[in-house]
Amino acid sequence: MKLGLAIDLDTCVGCHACATACKQWNTSGAIGPLTDENPYGKDPDGAWLNRIRTFEIDASPHSKTVNMPLSCMHCEDAACVTVCPTGASYKRSEDGIVLIDQDRCMGCNLCSWACPYGARELDPGSGTMKKCTLCIDRIYDQQLPENERQPACVITCPTQSRVFGDYDDPDSDVSKLNRQRGGKQLMPELGYNPVNTYLPPRNPIQQEQGGSVLGKVKHIVNRIIKR
Amino acid sequence: MHPAFSVLIFTITSGAGYGLLGWLSANELFALWPLSIMAKITIGITAMVLISVGLSASTWHLANRKNAWRSFSGFRTSWLSREAVFAIVLYPVATMYAAGLYFGWPYIGLWSGLCLLLCLVIVFVTSMIYASLKTIPQWHTPLVPTLYLLFAIMSGGLAWAIMLTWNGLDIANFNHSLALIVAVTASVKLGYFVWFRLPATSSIQSATGFTQHRVSLLDAGHSAPSFLNKEFMFDVEQVKLVRLRWVMFIATFVIPLSVLYWIPTSMTLLGAWLVMMAGLLIERWLFFAEARHVVRLFHGQQKV
Repeated sequence: MKLGLAIDLDTCVGCHACATACKQWNTSGAIGPLTDENPYGKDPDGAWLNRIRTFEIDASPHSKTVNMPLSCMHCEDAACVTVCPTGASYKRSEDGIVLIDQDRCMGCNLCSWACPYGARELDPGSGTMKKCTLCIDRIYDQQLPENERQPACVITCPTQSRVFGDYDDPDSDVSKLNRQRGGKQLMPELGYNPVNTYLPPRNPIQQEQGGSVLGKVKHIVNRIIKR
Repeated sequence: MHPAFSVLIFTITSGAGYGLLGWLSANELFALWPLSIMAKITIGITAMVLISVGLSASTWHLANRKNAWRSFSGFRTSWLSREAVFAIVLYPVATMYAAGLYFGWPYIGLWSGLCLLLCLVIVFVTSMIYASLKTIPQWHTPLVPTLYLLFAIMSGGLAWAIMLTWNGLDIANFNHSLALIVAVTASVKLGYFVWFRLPATSSIQSATGFTQHRVSLLDAGHSAPSFLNKEFMFDVEQVKLVRLRWVMFIATFVIPLSVLYWIPTSMTLLGAWLVMMAGLLIERWLFFAEARHVVRLFHGQQKV
């Protein structure tokens, strides 16, 4: 198995619900807590496993706003694992999930230096490195109904921009989406072969002019929405 | 990259220590200068003190020090683990060398040879912690191990010259050889400054996947600096960096080289060594401050 996420940059609205759900689930999950420093002050800081950046693509008037959630890509060739001196970082052979053994980590930060995606953050409380576990304590939980055995971020996403699945299975949702939409890896030139893919925004469908009355109404409504 | 003070202290003091021990071992192997046994042991202890101060400084920056002992287990893949292992292996080897000297045991050449080899290996392995990181283009170059080795040979060599003068030995030709080493190191460092101006392959376009368009950051997604900002977004004004480069270059290379060439007495050499170490501290600070991690691309920087 090669578990990972496909993230739809076309439909992501940048609501940060995935990041919040992630924090909520994982702070009491397998690698928790996710400590915060000064949480109610003016400069709160703490370990988050998922962060959302917002970019402007191209220049006005053709610009497009794209929200890009970034979490661990569970790279096939994960440098964060090979640089780890204590053996705390490891990649599971059965499903490809990259994890950190909190009992072995000495907090040297080297894995966070080796990660190009900023997916690893040092917990100011425990002094150990924290990262996305793909909600390992959810996806294999036999107590949960089958449709809930997914990462917290995927379940919570209001626009279903996050899809979880097995990239080794050509008929899984993530594999199909990746094929159909031309999913992209981030910074492929570094050669870490990240598993997660990002589905680029689609081109707007050209509306036919004229035709039926319903078509005209649709065209007018589309124009209003576009503004 | 944020320059962690403990790491700066570690790399320069232990670098000088490994250099000094290396020179001592080389002297044993090739019988270059006649030194008394006690003098050799004193120099060896001085080197081990420098090394040990550096190594203990390196543990200050660990956030969870109680697991530091586990750092020997990743030897197969991790340069940091290899460094830890070799650094520990050196202690019994150096002890055997000192004991051999003191008690007049045979095979002294074997132990001093091992010492020399380990010193070079440890400095190389330390530099590979940085040079192996593809995410930091300014570090991912063979120039980094070359420079680390040269810095150790240079700063250890100057300490060795001081030790020789203190033991009443003539360093008439050695000061010129050492001046040459300083000059070579200075030119490699200059080469490094030229090299790292070359653009890296990663850009904000490759980081976001929008390779055909102009991309700019609208919002980083958090209202206060996070771990990533503190670690990777360390920024200093360019003017300040250039000024520091000049100070570094004069302190590390120009002053020691002039002293070695014109006035190599024991006191001036000691002064030159202290100036060189201060210069190396700035050099190591710049090595971090001028290194740009690719995570910066997700924070809006166009190129690293």
